[in-house]
Amino acid sequence: MAVAEDNAPSEGRAPSPFWTIARRDSLAGFLFIAPQLVGIVTFVLIPLGLVFWYSLHEWNVLAGTFTYTGTQNYRMLVEDGSLVEVLGTTAVFSAGLVIFNMSLALLLAVLLNQKLAGITVFRTLFFSPVVVSLVAWTIVWGFLLQKNGGINGVLQVFGIEGPNWLRGEVTAMISVIAVQVFKNVGLNMVLFLAALQGVPNELYEAARIDGAPRFKQFRRITLPLISPTILLTSIITIVGSLQVFAQIAVLTQGGPGLSTTVLVYYLYQQAFQFHFFGYGSTLSILLFVIVAVLTFAQWQMRKRIVFHEN
Amino acid sequence: MKNNKTLKSTLAALTLAALPLAGSAHADDAVNLRMTIWSANPAHLKLFNDISAGFEQQHPGVTVTYESLPYDTYMTALTTQIAGGNAPDMAWIFETAAYDFVNSGALYPLTDTLKATKGYNADELSATAAGRWTKDGTLYAYPFSTSPFGIFVNNDLIKAAGAKTPAELIAAGQWTWENAFATASAVGKTGKGGLIVRDFNYQAWQNLAAIWNGWGAAPWSADGKSCTMAEKPMVDALTTVHDAIFKQQAMPGPGETVDFFAGNAAMTITQISRASLLPKEKPFDWDLVPLPKGPAGEYALIGQAGVGVLAAGKHADLAARFVAYMTNPENSVKLSQFFPSARKSLLNAEVLKKTNPLLSQQQIDSVVISGIATGTVIPGHTGFAQLQQMVRSGLDALWQPEADVAGTLQKICGQIGPLLKR
Repeated sequence: MAVAEDNAPSEGRAPSPFWTIARRDSLAGFLFIAPQLVGIVTFVLIPLGLVFWYSLHEWNVLAGTFTYTGTQNYRMLVEDGSLVEVLGTTAVFSAGLVIFNMSLALLLAVLLNQKLAGITVFRTLFFSPVVVSLVAWTIVWGFLLQKNGGINGVLQVFGIEGPNWLRGEVTAMISVIAVQVFKNVGLNMVLFLAALQGVPNELYEAARIDGAPRFKQFRRITLPLISPTILLTSIITIVGSLQVFAQIAVLTQGGPGLSTTVLVYYLYQQAFQFHFFGYGSTLSILLFVIVAVLTFAQWQMRKRIVFHEN
Repeated sequence: MKNNKTLKSTLAALTLAALPLAGSAHADDAVNLRMTIWSANPAHLKLFNDISAGFEQQHPGVTVTYESLPYDTYMTALTTQIAGGNAPDMAWIFETAAYDFVNSGALYPLTDTLKATKGYNADELSATAAGRWTKDGTLYAYPFSTSPFGIFVNNDLIKAAGAKTPAELIAAGQWTWENAFATASAVGKTGKGGLIVRDFNYQAWQNLAAIWNGWGAAPWSADGKSCTMAEKPMVDALTTVHDAIFKQQAMPGPGETVDFFAGNAAMTITQISRASLLPKEKPFDWDLVPLPKGPAGEYALIGQAGVGVLAAGKHADLAARFVAYMTNPENSVKLSQFFPSARKSLLNAEVLKKTNPLLSQQQIDSVVISGIATGTVIPGHTGFAQLQQMVRSGLDALWQPEADVAGTLQKICGQIGPLLKR
């Protein structure tokens, strides 16, 4: 109230100063977020604008030509026969990754949410791949997945002749999904574990008194209460699945055929291997739109799936 | 008056401030030429530094540096540098990418500089070797390495398998692909590797030219406009390769890793420069022989590497002079200890014996001299990276035990045909 009176213009009084408390607060706020804002503008918004600009051009790096072609690259996007297959592969990869990763992460979190001696060792063990170098992790898996590699060697001990993991269309897809899941499942597991530990014990006690079986407790108490974490992890995992590149580049190079060529790898090929930087930029815009739409859709669905949003 | 004083002070301050700038303008006269290469071999780098030291002595203020980029991603890294406005002054170029660089105008023409260099003797460069790097009579990159493919042999493994060694087959006039695969198969069935096409790895299919050239096959026509992969020579050649892999166990299958130089395979097709990989401890009885005769007769295959000057560079003329210096007759002799030269004067047994001490006179005659003189270069094409990827992707269907060879190749032609016609 006093502030309102101070700022109220009145006849015969000196004009109020420019730096009012509200303006100072705003400036302070802007200064606090300035470093982050500069980073986002420099490394996200400007590159995004440039990529859109490049997508309207044919850029021949070797010849040094940069020609405006309007919507030609976008028409090429529609006519690109391989793109349909690539999008299908991307969808299969993302779906497989999200389902496998989140189920396993939740299972591990539930199993490790026990008060047992040495449980921290197991938690650390499952989390440790997250901090391992991605390329080193993938190269090691590349050796293990060879036809005469470690995994088939183990299978052979049990009299099973393992498949040629990275050379079959289905097994190659399973392999790249599994390698990615085992690398990052620990992160989701920790998030789920934290959420599980936030569920009040009294609710379980009440459910037990009412005679609710374990699975029903999980479905009716645990899942609803950790639903915000499920939403968070699903957004992170889906967006992450659309950005997977190193595993594909190291393990399969998109093969056999196009069976593991996901959108990011395809745009890398177009831009950096075939030198079609304009078309590569157009594919980047497509990827951006897909990520934005999926994130927006998930965010909109939060009211249905997240308990606290009701 | 006061204003005058202020003006004078300001001018003095500006002059003082400009002094370091003048100094830096002078320092800018110093030029650094940067060359991207795909070798990180210390011996190679020492040789290049020795050569550039001579050039730097003749050109005070000029330095030459070498930037080693990883072999597998070399082209990607190079084009990214160019796209990012950080193009090197000079770059090594793969033979497969030669058409892209030569035809795009990315390279600075070298012919005039080479001819104007005293004692260069540009005419002795083999025309066959220079063909891929030349457009309209102008050389755009110098093929500093022209290296023939041969077959390194592990006689110990072959004898242990009770098969005939290539040397025995050559002596008997029976060195054909049929017999070569029979020997490889005998070793393959013992659990060791048979014949390895080095660096192929079921991806770099162009290296299979070392085999299919024996059938007179090629992926596309001589003018590069039409696909010839579905024609009989290629179908026959790849059927033989398919049988060698899946029926005869003569070649390690997809996903199998076997190292010849660790003593685990009977034979490997590779370039002679790989002789340096032969084991020094626990060596095996090795040999180097020419590629076997195919149904189309005798043949040879060569791999090349060129060095070009990027036209976009600020010092293209100076860089061209460095390339001329680096590849002059004197330095070509030095280079040929690692990179076989395309200069006719260096293609003799005496020079090659000196630069390849591991090889016998017979090996030099039959593989190196004959290979460089008669060999064709690994296939290449404008837009090769895209073609390579499409064919690789199509050939994946071939590397299955029950593959339909002719059908697969027909399908590949359907896919790359429109690209070739562009």
